[in-house]
Amino acid sequence: MTFLHEHILSIVLFTPLVGMVPLLLIPAENKNALRWCGNVVMFLGFLVSLPLVFWFSSAPATEGLFKFVEKTPWIPSIGASYHLGIDGISLLLIMLTTVLGFLAVLSSWSAIQNRVKEYYVVFLLLQVGMLGVFMSLDLFLFYVFWEVMLVPMYFIIGVWGGPRKLYAAIKFFLYTLAGSVLMLLGILTLYFRYHTDTGQYTFNYVRLMEHASAWPLDLQLWVFAAFAIAFAIKVPMFPFHTWLPDAHVEAPTAGSVLLAGVLLKMGTYGFIRFSLPLLPRASADPRVVRVMVTLSIIAIIYGALVSMMQRDMKKLIAYSSVSHLGFCTLGIFALDPQGLSGSVIQQINHGISTGALFLIVGLIYERRHTREIRELGGLSNVMPVYATLFMIVMLSSIGLPLLNGFIGEFTILQGAFEANWHWAAWAVVGIVLGAAYMLWLYQRTMFGPCDNPKNQILKDLNWREIMTLVPLVLWAFWIGLYPKPFFKVLQQPVEAIVTEVHPNFYRPAKAALSKPPSSQAPHAARPGRLLGVQGRPRP
Amino acid sequence: MMLNRLWLIPLLPALGAALQLLAGRRLSRRAISVISVGLPGVSFAWAVGAFAELLGRPHHLFTQVLYTWLPAGAFHLSNGTLGQFVVRVGLLLDPLSAVMLLVVTGVGFVIHVYSIGYMGHEQGYYRFFGYMNLFLFSMLVLVLADNYLLMFAGWEGVGLCSYFLIGFYFERRSAADAGKKAFVVNRIGDAGFLLGVMLITVTFGSLNFEQITAAARSGHFAVGNGVITAICLLLFLGATGKSAQIPLYVWLPDAMEGPTPVSALIHAATMVTAGVYMVARSSALYVLAPTALGVVAGVGAATAIWAASMGLVQNDIKRVLAYSTVSQLGYMFLACGVGAFAAGIFHLMTHAFFKALLFLGAGSVIHALGGEQDMRKMGGLWRKIPITFATFLAATLAICGIPGFAGFFSKDEILWDSISSPYGHLALWVVGWLTAGLTAFYMFRLLLMTFFGPSRLTPEAEHHLHESPWSMLMPLVVLGALSVLGGYVNWPVARFQHFLAPVFANPVALHSARYGHGLELGLMAATLLVVLVGIGVAYAMVLRRPGLADRLAVAAAPVYELLVNKYYVDELYDAVVVHRAQDLGNLLAAFDQLVVDAGVNGVGLLTRLTAELSRLFDKGVVDGLVNVFAHAVRLLSYPVRVIQTGRVQNYAWMITLGALILMAYYWLHVH
Repeated sequence: MTFLHEHILSIVLFTPLVGMVPLLLIPAENKNALRWCGNVVMFLGFLVSLPLVFWFSSAPATEGLFKFVEKTPWIPSIGASYHLGIDGISLLLIMLTTVLGFLAVLSSWSAIQNRVKEYYVVFLLLQVGMLGVFMSLDLFLFYVFWEVMLVPMYFIIGVWGGPRKLYAAIKFFLYTLAGSVLMLLGILTLYFRYHTDTGQYTFNYVRLMEHASAWPLDLQLWVFAAFAIAFAIKVPMFPFHTWLPDAHVEAPTAGSVLLAGVLLKMGTYGFIRFSLPLLPRASADPRVVRVMVTLSIIAIIYGALVSMMQRDMKKLIAYSSVSHLGFCTLGIFALDPQGLSGSVIQQINHGISTGALFLIVGLIYERRHTREIRELGGLSNVMPVYATLFMIVMLSSIGLPLLNGFIGEFTILQGAFEANWHWAAWAVVGIVLGAAYMLWLYQRTMFGPCDNPKNQILKDLNWREIMTLVPLVLWAFWIGLYPKPFFKVLQQPVEAIVTEVHPNFYRPAKAALSKPPSSQAPHAARPGRLLGVQGRPRP
Repeated sequence: MMLNRLWLIPLLPALGAALQLLAGRRLSRRAISVISVGLPGVSFAWAVGAFAELLGRPHHLFTQVLYTWLPAGAFHLSNGTLGQFVVRVGLLLDPLSAVMLLVVTGVGFVIHVYSIGYMGHEQGYYRFFGYMNLFLFSMLVLVLADNYLLMFAGWEGVGLCSYFLIGFYFERRSAADAGKKAFVVNRIGDAGFLLGVMLITVTFGSLNFEQITAAARSGHFAVGNGVITAICLLLFLGATGKSAQIPLYVWLPDAMEGPTPVSALIHAATMVTAGVYMVARSSALYVLAPTALGVVAGVGAATAIWAASMGLVQNDIKRVLAYSTVSQLGYMFLACGVGAFAAGIFHLMTHAFFKALLFLGAGSVIHALGGEQDMRKMGGLWRKIPITFATFLAATLAICGIPGFAGFFSKDEILWDSISSPYGHLALWVVGWLTAGLTAFYMFRLLLMTFFGPSRLTPEAEHHLHESPWSMLMPLVVLGALSVLGGYVNWPVARFQHFLAPVFANPVALHSARYGHGLELGLMAATLLVVLVGIGVAYAMVLRRPGLADRLAVAAAPVYELLVNKYYVDELYDAVVVHRAQDLGNLLAAFDQLVVDAGVNGVGLLTRLTAELSRLFDKGVVDGLVNVFAHAVRLLSYPVRVIQTGRVQNYAWMITLGALILMAYYWLHVH
C-alpha cells in the first residue's frame, strides 16, 4: 500500500509505456488484437489514475503544495533529477489526459485501418509525454517530456493525417520547437543564475522558484518573454495560432481530440505553473498584463468571428478553440482567484467540449468522408442519437448554465471584471458570437430537410461510438451542476499563486480601494511565501 | 411540509423532461401524455399547497439553501474589503415568487393539457413534451432562485427551450432561422445581464436577493448612485432581450414559427415576462436609480405603442397576437418604470391568463381550419366553433380593458400610476392611452375578421372545419374564467398589491396627493372612450365597409408600407449588424490566411531560401574549394596513376624492366 502511495505518479506515468510491450509482441496483421490491446492499456491507464482522485485530499503535501512527490537523482552531475509531484491544478489536467486519452483511442477503432500497430504505439508514447509534462517538478525533466510529446504527435498528423498532412505536421513540429528553444534558454537562465548565486546546480522547480521569484524585474521580464513565446505558441495565443487550424484539419480524429483537449493546455499550464510563480514581478507588470490581456481579448473575438465564416467543420472548431483559449489566458492574467481557478476549470471544460466536438466531427467524417458544412444538413432526421449528443456538447461549448462551459466562462469573466471591467465588457462579445457560430453550425448540419441522398442512408451511432461521448457528457453535467469539488482542489494552489503575484491580495488595506494591490507594491517584504516550504496562506 | 420540499416543484418537470428526451421514443403516446402532463400537474398542486403554507408564515417568506454551487475564492469588493465569492443553489419563496410560481405552474399545466389534443397528430410528440417539461423546469428555477446567478441559469434555460420549440419543425428553414435569431438576440441582452451580475458582485459582495435588497435599503447608497444606475441599466438590457422590448424585440414575432401551445406558454404567458419579473425582483435597486426607472418607463411606453402600430396591419392571426404581446409587455415595463411594480406584476398575471387564452383560441381556430393562419381566409366562424369563439371573446374584452374583465383592472392601474406616480409623466399616460385605443382596434379587427362577416374559407378548410376536442376546450374554458374573474383579486380592496407590498417597499409614496379621485375617474372614462373608438373603427373597417381598409392602405401608402414591413427594422439590423459581422468574419478569415499565416509561411520560406543559398554556397564555395584541391591532387597524381593499373602482368613487366635497368646499370658501371 505504501509503495503504491509513494509511487502512484510513476505508475500512472509509465503504465502506457509498459503497455507498449505486449503491443509490440502482437503481429501487425492481427489488427483486432492490437485494437483490444491498445484500448485495454489506455483504459488501465485511466484506472490507475483514479487513486489520485481518491487519495488526493488526504495525501500530505510534502514539498510546498505538491503531493505524491517522488524524487531520485537522475543526472547528478548537472543537478537533474527524476522529480514528480502534483497539486490540484496538475491533478485536474492529469485526469483530463487519462480520460481523453482513453476515449480518443476508443474512437479510432474502425477509423484507422493502416499501420494499426504503429498507431497505438505512438498514442501510448504521446500519453507518456503529456502526463510527464503535468507531473514534472524538475525543469530538465519537464523539458524532456515537452519535447518527447512532439514526436508522436508529429507522426500522428504526418502518417494518419489528411491530404496536406506533411505540411501540417512539419508546421506544427517546427513552430512548437521554435518556441521550445526559447523556453530552453529561459530554463538555462534560471539554472545558471541559480548557480552563480548559490554555487549549486539544480533544476528543482521549488528551489528555482524561491530563488527566481525574488529577482529584479528586468531580469524576470527577459525570462518571462522567453517562456511566454513558447507557451503562447502552444496555447495558441493570437497571432501564433495559425498552425492550429492546419494541424486540426489534417490530423486524424483522435489526434485532434488530444491536440485540442490536452496539448493546448500545456501552454496555459506553463503560464500557470512556471511564468506566474517563477516570475511574479514580470507577470504582474502592468505592461505585461496589458499585452497578454489584449492578445487574449483579440483571440476571443477574432477567433469567434473567423470561426463563424468557416466552411469546414474542423476548421470552425479549431478557430473556436482559439476563442475559448483566449478566455483561459484572460483568466490567468486577471491574476485573481476567480480568474485563475476559472481558467483551469475552463481548460478542463475546453478539453471536454472541444474534445467531444472533434469526436462528433470524426463520427460524421468516418461516415461521409467530408467535413464540408454545406455537404451536410438535416442529419437530425436520420441520426437522432447523434443529434442529441451533438446538441448537448454544443450547448456545453457555448456556455449554457448547468453545463460546464458556463462555470468556467462566468468565473473567468467575474475575475476579469474585478481586475478591470473593460476586459469583461470586451470578452462578453465572445459569448454572444460563440452562440452565433455554434448554433449556425448546428442548424446547417443537423436541421433542415435531409435532401442529399448520401446523407439519407447514414447510420446512427453504435454502442462503442455512444460510449466515447457519454463520459464527456456526464462530466460536462457534473461540472455544470456541482463544480464545488473542482474549485476545492484548486483553492490552495490558486491562493498560493495569487499571493505570489499580489502579495497583499489577502490582506487588503482599506486605502487600496477598488484595485488589487498593484505590482509596484514593494516586493521586498514578502512574508507570505507560499508555494515554498512554509505551507499554506493565512488570509 | 410542502414548503420543505419546495425543490420538488421544479424537479418533477425536470424528471419528465429527462424521461421524454432519453426514452420518449420508446413510450406510447398515452404514456407520454400521462407522464408529461401529470408531472406538471403534481407540481401545480404542490405549488398551491406550498402557497397555502406560505400564507401562514410570518412575513410570507420561505428560503431554502440546497447546496453550494460555485465557490470561487476570495475577491476584492469595490469598497476595498475582501469578500468570498460563493454562489449557492437556493430557493426563495416570497409573495412575488409565489405569484409567479402559481402563474407558471397553473397556466403551464393548463397549456400542457391543451397540447395533448393540439399536438396529438405530430411527429416528435415525445420531443415536444420533453422540451415543454424542460421549459417548465427552467422557468421554475428562474422564478424560485434566491440569487442572480441561479436566476440567470433558469433565464438561459428558458431561452434554450424557446430555441428548441421555435425550431420544433426543424425541417422548415424559417423555423430553424427563427430559433437561432431568438437565441442570439437574447444572448446580446444576456451579455448585459451578466455584466450587471458582475457589477453587483463587486458592489454588494453577494448575489443573494435578500442580502442585496437589505443592503440597498440600508441607506448606504444614495438615490441616484452611479454604480446602482449602471447595474439597473445593464440588468434592463437583459430584460429587453428576454421580454422583447426595444431594441431587442425583433425575435418575438418570428418566434411564432413554433407550435401554438409554445407561443401561448413561452412567448406570451411566462418566459417573455421573465424580464418584468427580474426588474420587479430588483426593485430595491431601481428605486435608487431614478434615471434607470425613467429609461424603463420610456422604453416600455415606446415599445407598447411601436409594437401596437405594427399589429394594426398584420394578417397572420398569430403575428397580431405576437405584436400585441410585445405591446402588453411594454405596459408592464411602463408600470415598473414609474415605480408601480405591483401593478406591473398584476398585469403580468392577468395578461398571462388572457394572452394564453388568445393564443390557445387562435390555435383552436388554426386546428379547426387544418393549419390556416391567414385571417383573410377566415370569417364567420363563430357559429361553427362556438366555444372557441365565446372564450376568445372573453379574452378579447379582457385585453381591451372593458370594465369588469381582468385586463381592465390591471391596465387601468398602470395608466393611473403612469401619471400619478412621482416618477410618472403626462406623456407616458398619453402614450399608454393611445396604445389602449390601438389595442382595441387590432384585437377587434382580429376578432371580427376571424369570427364574423362572410366566410372566406378555402374549400379544404371548409371541409376540415370542426370544433376542437375537449382536451383543448377545457383549457380554454378555464382560462376564460380567469380572464373574466382574474381582476377581482385586487378589487374592491387592493389585496393583491398589499400582498406584494413587502417585496416592493419603497420610501417614495406612489400616489401623491396632487391628483384626486375625480381625475382618476376622468382618465378611466377617457380610456374607455378611446377603446370604444378603436372598436368602432375596427367594426367600420372590417364589417361595415370592407373596402375601406384597402382604400386607406392606398391613400396612406407610405405609412402602410412602413407598418407592413415592420419599419424595416429587421432589414436595418441585418444591414448594420448581421451582415457587417459576417463581413468582418470573412475579412478576418482572409487576414488570417493572407497576413498572419502568410507571415508564418514566410518565415518558413525564408528559412528554406537561406537554406538554398547555404546549399549553393556550400556546393559552390566550400565544397568547391575542397574539389579544387582534389582536382589539383588528381592532376598532379596523373603520371603516377597511369602506371597504377592493378594488373599483375604489368607490375611483373615493370619489375622485370626495373631489374633489367638495374642490371644494365651495374654492368656498365662495374665494367
